[in-house]
Amino acid sequence: MAHTAVPVIIDTGAAPPAAVEAPLVLEHPHTSTGLDSRKLLMWAFLASDCMFFGTLIATYMVYKNRSLTPPLPRETFDVPYTSVSAFVLLLSSLTMVLALAAIQRGEERRMRVWLSATALLGCVFLGGQFYEFSSFYREGLTLSSNLFGSTFFTLTGFHGTHVFIGVFWLASLVTHSFRGRLHQEHSLLVEIAGLYWHFVDIVWILIFTLVYLIPD
Amino acid sequence: MTTLEHAHEEHAAEHAHPGARTYVLVGVILAIITVAEVFFYTQEAVRAFLVPLLLALSATKFVLVVGFYMHLKFDHRLFTGVFGFGLLVAASIITALLFLFGQYPLPHPAG
Repeated sequence: MAHTAVPVIIDTGAAPPAAVEAPLVLEHPHTSTGLDSRKLLMWAFLASDCMFFGTLIATYMVYKNRSLTPPLPRETFDVPYTSVSAFVLLLSSLTMVLALAAIQRGEERRMRVWLSATALLGCVFLGGQFYEFSSFYREGLTLSSNLFGSTFFTLTGFHGTHVFIGVFWLASLVTHSFRGRLHQEHSLLVEIAGLYWHFVDIVWILIFTLVYLIPD
Repeated sequence: MTTLEHAHEEHAAEHAHPGARTYVLVGVILAIITVAEVFFYTQEAVRAFLVPLLLALSATKFVLVVGFYMHLKFDHRLFTGVFGFGLLVAASIITALLFLFGQYPLPHPAG
């Protein structure tokens, strides 16, 4: 008599195995310094970015007051408005470091709140910069109108690009966290993103003083 | 103390970051300095020494953010060295260019 094999399904009550996502890299390999290479790389990048912004700031200052045609800085800048932007970016640095403190304590939900607040403040800064650039454009200041326009838009435009990249980075961290892929042991990833974000802030501290506040 | 123990202590010290209270305190100080900057900018009385005053306030904010928020005050000194080198080169570029263009000025705009 021939027997036919029949598959038997036994319900054990256990949930089916969920799709496993690739884990984020946690441990750093041994290095001669004992320091994480990713963090050291970020500091090296920030050092090179210092030189980049150094040349842009130097170019702006060298060509300051050399424009042959208006509009000129004094009649263009709205310092109280830019002060609010500077304050927003400073506040975003505080929320960023609070996000890091939260994940180092294992408080993931709080970290998401602070990271989202940081990204939101970054968007507010970018919106403010867009409004400022638009009003300058309406007053006749463009990238090619005079030396002031060229150096000012190049400097602040590159800074704005850095803020935009930072917002994108923060948003990706929040997304990772919502997917359950960013835990206490990944705090270094938040710390590295924070280093970048704080650097963007210190560049604006210098731009605010050297470009907007120091008189012609 | 063995080299390994020393490395472990150094690693532990590297992660001893300040707490939320310190961060908020630094944030308040940064906000006060920003308000002071704008206040001095509007005062005619300090016009004579406005530039060094603003530079000093700006440098204070810079040091506070780098030291506390970026943890250079607490982290390994190698990070300070790497970043400090970049900062030194940047400051040298700015100083050299300002000096050069001060020595050989561009023609001033007419009028």
